[in-house]
Amino acid sequence: MRKRDILAALAVGLGLWQALVWITGAPHFILPSPLRVANALIHSREVIADNALVTLQEIIAGLILGTLLGVATAIQLTLSKTAERLMLPILVFTQAVPVFALAPVLTLWFGYGMASKIVMTVLIIYFPVTSAFHDGLTRVDRGLLDQAKIMGARPLQTLLRIQVPHALPSLGTGLRLAAVYAPIGAVIGEWVGASKGLGYLMLLANGRAKIDLMFASLIVLACLTVLLHTAIGVLSRQLVAYSEGRRLR
Amino acid sequence: MTRNPDPAAPGIRLCGTHGIAQSVLFDADIALGAAEWTCLLGPSGVGKSTVLRLIAGLDTGGAFDGTITASDAAPIEGRLGYMAQSDLLMPWLSVMDNVVIGAKLRGEAPDHARARSLLDRVGLRAHADKTPAALSGGMRQRAALARVLMEDRPIVLLDEPFSALDAGTRADMQELAAEVLHGKTVLLVTHDPAEAARLGHQILVMSAQEATPWPAPSTPPIRAIEAPDTLACQSALLAHLREVQAA
Repeated sequence: MRKRDILAALAVGLGLWQALVWITGAPHFILPSPLRVANALIHSREVIADNALVTLQEIIAGLILGTLLGVATAIQLTLSKTAERLMLPILVFTQAVPVFALAPVLTLWFGYGMASKIVMTVLIIYFPVTSAFHDGLTRVDRGLLDQAKIMGARPLQTLLRIQVPHALPSLGTGLRLAAVYAPIGAVIGEWVGASKGLGYLMLLANGRAKIDLMFASLIVLACLTVLLHTAIGVLSRQLVAYSEGRRLR
Repeated sequence: MTRNPDPAAPGIRLCGTHGIAQSVLFDADIALGAAEWTCLLGPSGVGKSTVLRLIAGLDTGGAFDGTITASDAAPIEGRLGYMAQSDLLMPWLSVMDNVVIGAKLRGEAPDHARARSLLDRVGLRAHADKTPAALSGGMRQRAALARVLMEDRPIVLLDEPFSALDAGTRADMQELAAEVLHGKTVLLVTHDPAEAARLGHQILVMSAQEATPWPAPSTPPIRAIEAPDTLACQSALLAHLREVQAA
C-alpha cells in the first residue's frame, strides 16, 4: 500500500462517517462525529495513553509467550511421532472451545491484573502459530531429508539446520495472524474483568455515556493493531528473504 | 587429481523383488562394478530410482524382498554419496556452507580449507559466499558435486543429476563428474542414452522383468561425444529403449 492510497482511504472513511452523522442526525451519545472523537482523543490523551500502554504490554507479552509456546509445541510435534498422534487431535479439539468463553474462568484463576489477559492472548494465538510452524516444518522437500539421512545427520541437526530454516516463512504467516488476534485476546480479557487497559476504558466510557471517549479508545486500539501488524509484516518478509537466500546472514 | 580407483570402492549387488501394494514393480539382479560407472536406463516408472533408493536405504513406499550387499561384505550405510536431479542446496546457506553441510548435520567441525579447494576444483571458488539463488543451474549442480566430493564416499548414487541442464552445460558437467568421481563406484540413473554411452563402464536397461546388460563401447569412459563408438552405442541404445517402451 502506498502512503497516498492510505491517506485517501482515511479521508474517504472520515468523510463517510461524518456524512452518516449528518444524514441520520444521530445524537452524539449514539454516534459521535469524527471531530468530537478527535476532541476526546486530545483531551483524554493521558488516560488513553496510560491504558493503551497496559494493553500494549499485555499484547506483546502474550505474543512473545504464545509464539515461544507455539514454536516449542510445533518442534515437539515434529520430533516425536507419538506426540504428533496424541497432541494434534487435542489441539484441534481445543479450537472447538471458543476461547472467549474461557475469559471469565481465566479471570477467576489469574485475577483482574495483567496475567489473565496475557493468558487469554497466549491461548488465542497459540493455535495459529503452532499450526503454521508445524506445517512448515513437515513440508520440507523430501529430497533434502533423504540427503540428510544419507549423510548420517542427527535428527536434532536436521531439525535445526534444514526444517526450521525452511519453516521460517510459515512461522511468519502464523505471526501475522497472531498480530491480528493478540489485541482481540487482550481486550476481551479486559472486558471481562480489569482495572486498566483500553478494553476497560471502553467499557467505563460506555457506562458513563462518553461514547466519544469509547470511539477514541477504539481508534487507538485499531492503530496499535495496524502498527503491530506492519512491524510483524516486516519481520515476516525478513524471514522469507532469509529462507529463500535473498540475503546472507 | 587422483586417477587411481578408490581402494575402498566396493562392488554392489542388488538381487530381489520390489512391490507396491501386492503388485510386483520389478524383479532384478543388478551388479555395480567396483570403482566403475554403471548407467541404469529404462522407461519411466520401471523402478530405476527405486533401485537407487533401495541401495541408499531410503523409503520407497513399497516392500523389497531380497538382498543388497557390498563385495567387501561391509555395510553400505555410511559409505554413500548422493546427487539428485534437483541440486538439493539449502537456499538460506552460502555455497561454502552448503558444501560443508554434511559435517554440520553430523555435529562435526567442518573442514573449510578442504571445501575451498573442492570449490576451486569445480570452478566455484569466486562464488563461495553467494547463496544458491545467485547461481545458474549449472553452477548449482557444480556446487552439489562439490558437496558430494566433500563427503568423500566410495559409493556415489546419481539420480538424473544433469537432466535439467542445457545440452552444453550437461556435457561439461558429465566431464567434470567423470573426472572428480573417477575410481568410485557410481550408479547413474538416467533417461539419456548419450549420457550412458559417454559415461558407463557398464550399461543396464531395466524392465519390469529384469535388468539387461547393454554393450558399452570398448573405449574407457569418459568418451568423446563425437566418437564413432559413442554415437553407435547411443543410437542403438535409443532404438532398444524405444522397443522396450513399446513392449
